[in-house]
Amino acid sequence: MDTQQLEKETLEKIDQIVKNNPVVIFMKGTPQMPSCGFSARAAQALIDTGENFGFVNVLADPAVFEFLPKYQDWPTFPQIYIDGELVGGCDITLELAESGELKKMMAEANAKHAQQDA
Amino acid sequence: MSLQAQLEQRLAEHLTPALLQVENESHQHSGPATESHFKVVIVSDQFDGLPLIKRHRAVHEALGDLMAQFHALALHTYTPLEWAQRTGAPPSPPCRGGSKRA
Repeated sequence: MDTQQLEKETLEKIDQIVKNNPVVIFMKGTPQMPSCGFSARAAQALIDTGENFGFVNVLADPAVFEFLPKYQDWPTFPQIYIDGELVGGCDITLELAESGELKKMMAEANAKHAQQDA
Repeated sequence: MSLQAQLEQRLAEHLTPALLQVENESHQHSGPATESHFKVVIVSDQFDGLPLIKRHRAVHEALGDLMAQFHALALHTYTPLEWAQRTGAPPSPPCRGGSKRA
């Protein structure tokens, strides 16, 4: 497969993941075994809300690792998406957690998707 | 010019900061690079009324091609009012070795 086609297919795959998951974090490692301090902190903030979320380990998928920065023109990992929108990286997620907004956003997104699936 | 000095210059030019701190945190992290991890604290009235994601995008844009020259950026953006109401920026996390991206 040529690079252009790989990019197109990978961006489509990322888009599906973002749309199908009310809350998803693209991170280095897993929430249980993070391999980056920023990913670890962001994942912990999501865990601490008590709300459900999905994750993608970008170190386990070279194409996602390479092309995710192009998806929303955001150059760094981790990236956190809620209800299909890029929320930001670690620092933004922590600030939203601190203000209590993160739990609210996650709860609303989870409720909305549950309703759509019903 | 060091990368740290270049970051300071770009941010000062583009964001008219009331306060700008660029800290080289590379010593806290794995890997041989001496300018790999930076922490930036910026206080600017340009951030007034902007959500965090737009503030961070403004910083990414100001840094432009420099973004590709380091591994990690801890970023804390405040308006002068927000800064006055807090006591400094939060500390950066410890490294966990996943420095796959140079």
